[in-house]
Amino acid sequence: MTLNGWLQIGLFIAAVLLLAKPMGSYMTAVFERRKTFLDPVLGPCERALYRGTGVHPEEEMRWTHYTVAMLTFSAATMLLTYIVERVQLWLPLNPQHLANVEPALALNTAISFTTNTNWQSYTPESTMSYLTQMLGLATHNFWSAAVGLALAIAFVRGIARREMKTLGNFWVDLTRGILWILLPISIVFAFALVSQGVVQNMKPYDTVKLLESQKVTGADGKTTTVSTQTIAQGPVASQEAIKMLGTNGGGFFNANSSHPFENPTPLSNFLQMLSIFLIPAGLCITLGQMVRSPKHGWAVLAAMVVLWFAGTLTSYWAEAHANPALRGVDSHSSLAQSGGNMEGKEVRFGIANSALFATVTTDASCGAVNSMHDSFTPLGGMVPMVNILLGEVVFGGVGAGLYGMLVFVVMSVFIAGLMVGRTPEYLGKKIESFDVQMAMLYLLIFPLLILGFSAVTVLMPNLGLSSLANHGPHGFSEILYAYTSATGNNGSAFAGLNANTHWYNYSLATAMFFGRFMMIIPMMAIAGSLAAKKSVPATSGTFPVTTPLFTVLLTGVILIVGALTFFPAVTLGPVLEHLLMRAGQSF
Amino acid sequence: MKKHIITSLLYTAITAVLLGIVYPLVITGVAQLTMRSRANGQLITRNGEIVGSALIGQPFTGPGYFHGRPSAAGTGYDASSSSGSNLGPTSKALMDRVEGSVKAESNGADIPVDLVTASSSGLDPDISPAAAMYQVSRVARERHLDSIRLQQLVMQTVTPRQFGLLGEPRVNVLGLNLALDRLQPMQR
Repeated sequence: MTLNGWLQIGLFIAAVLLLAKPMGSYMTAVFERRKTFLDPVLGPCERALYRGTGVHPEEEMRWTHYTVAMLTFSAATMLLTYIVERVQLWLPLNPQHLANVEPALALNTAISFTTNTNWQSYTPESTMSYLTQMLGLATHNFWSAAVGLALAIAFVRGIARREMKTLGNFWVDLTRGILWILLPISIVFAFALVSQGVVQNMKPYDTVKLLESQKVTGADGKTTTVSTQTIAQGPVASQEAIKMLGTNGGGFFNANSSHPFENPTPLSNFLQMLSIFLIPAGLCITLGQMVRSPKHGWAVLAAMVVLWFAGTLTSYWAEAHANPALRGVDSHSSLAQSGGNMEGKEVRFGIANSALFATVTTDASCGAVNSMHDSFTPLGGMVPMVNILLGEVVFGGVGAGLYGMLVFVVMSVFIAGLMVGRTPEYLGKKIESFDVQMAMLYLLIFPLLILGFSAVTVLMPNLGLSSLANHGPHGFSEILYAYTSATGNNGSAFAGLNANTHWYNYSLATAMFFGRFMMIIPMMAIAGSLAAKKSVPATSGTFPVTTPLFTVLLTGVILIVGALTFFPAVTLGPVLEHLLMRAGQSF
Repeated sequence: MKKHIITSLLYTAITAVLLGIVYPLVITGVAQLTMRSRANGQLITRNGEIVGSALIGQPFTGPGYFHGRPSAAGTGYDASSSSGSNLGPTSKALMDRVEGSVKAESNGADIPVDLVTASSSGLDPDISPAAAMYQVSRVARERHLDSIRLQQLVMQTVTPRQFGLLGEPRVNVLGLNLALDRLQPMQR
């Protein structure tokens, strides 16, 4: 670990915290339909969109209606992506004449992008046409993020409102999220990315003459001479911007944000990490403002920063250490090299930025990568896995992070209530048995999907284990990570696993689908229940949710729930691998 | 329910055109007008021929060129198939591969780690300054160049941290080799 590394990490979190307040206040204004500086441009667009789609913006929805509208919209967008993938060969903007995507992969990808997961079983540059990337995938990066935002705002309204049956209008929240927040920031961000060298074109792939021709021995043992290089191109910057801002993470290229055309410079890397946390950090402030308790927003944000720091420290520390099995190699960090575990990392990012990116992308449900998590040291690779297993509530995905965190907040005040023997209250709302049952349902669906699918998969040598790239405990980690990432709607991978098989495509699609929608339903049920409650005035016996004590309790509950659920599984993967690596074992 | 479905379909269609067609085309149009080279991948021409991109690494194996990092993209630096090795730290395959790279690159001293480990993209255009310096004696011998002169060339090619703070110092291998060819063309 170096001083410069820590300076970069410090600068990053300082920027996140500085932007949280302005971003959060802006989002409050947007969702409370107050005046913003973009109204003159966007107001007419908004009204035209409502007219064209038959939306009555003043109509309020109960939680059930809100959820049904969200589900039908998600289904419609999923269908569009599936169709575009299946017929891309016959559509324009396919200069490489890429074939239609086969059904299992098309379904997996459609669900993956609808659920904000962006798990990719395919190599984009040889599978998806420009049109599919733009119309089928980048659109979802807007939609699924705006859906997450809308749901989070609905949940916050549930807390803020008293004795009301409704949570707002889904279509209005969706529209305002897209037009006022995601689209304008993406436009600015896309140009910033192009200025750093992220490509943005529609031309066919370039062929360049290599400076030095290479003799290459293929898998079939034949030696051929390679004298050209084919360079994949595309409209990358426009997709990259919303990919990060919407915590989607689906790369335009296979190597995702480590590809030099997706993430060419340290500045583009910094901006990408910042954009992952921008909205989730701001939403904490929005929460505080909308429930009229700004300090509560900061207390929640503080818990996120604590957990973020723990992950970053562990990951950076682990990756700064060399792989002890490599001989004849100089892995010390110096002014002339970053050293450490450089397998699967880019030189321009080095160790600090790779470890930080891996932590940030899994704290949030982004899943973009600028280094290959599969090649991390066992403990370094454990950090992204554990971040997702904790429920991606450390900043979390756009919207999804906040509502996930609020479920943990409900659990925390419930536990605090039990400890002092009082009916738990959260911001004046009594937390009753229905709310806790729904919160538990939310918390239990998650491990059920992850551990259930992982257990079934490791028992199947032909369908499950044959896809592994690594053996021993690392192979188990690849499978566990895949279902963790899918269920958590993250989308990053221990990418050695060949997931483009029928078993993985269908089972991961199932995990992604239920990991998103089955968790939203109990969450929205809590929101509906909270909105209908009376507000009781705080007394001396009320557990305050604005203090450092609350932050500690919340952090503790998240860690304890995560540890109780997943410790055995994590022990069989990264922990065991760490011990065996120290003992000099290889597989 | 029926109303939700109709609204969903209409909403999907209208916003798909806005976000999936208009938005990327506008960004493309403006980027092509204002930042043409960057938007097209910073292609480098030499004697009227495109010889690469400033951002994408190329394979070099001959002793007269500086070498980049091992690549897991296709058969090596395949820029239509980016990929890392995805080998874990206890993988036997990783150890064997690194051992092979160490044998091929070694000048006796311990090798800077980035020179024998595969990058994340398989297209990493850079190596660390340490890895470039490590190869100076070999390249100088092959090209009949003074080592000190070649060290100077490497130092001139180093890209420092952005704003003196962000990222890591690095050497673009293709850029260095193009400069090398200008300084002292390969004798055939």
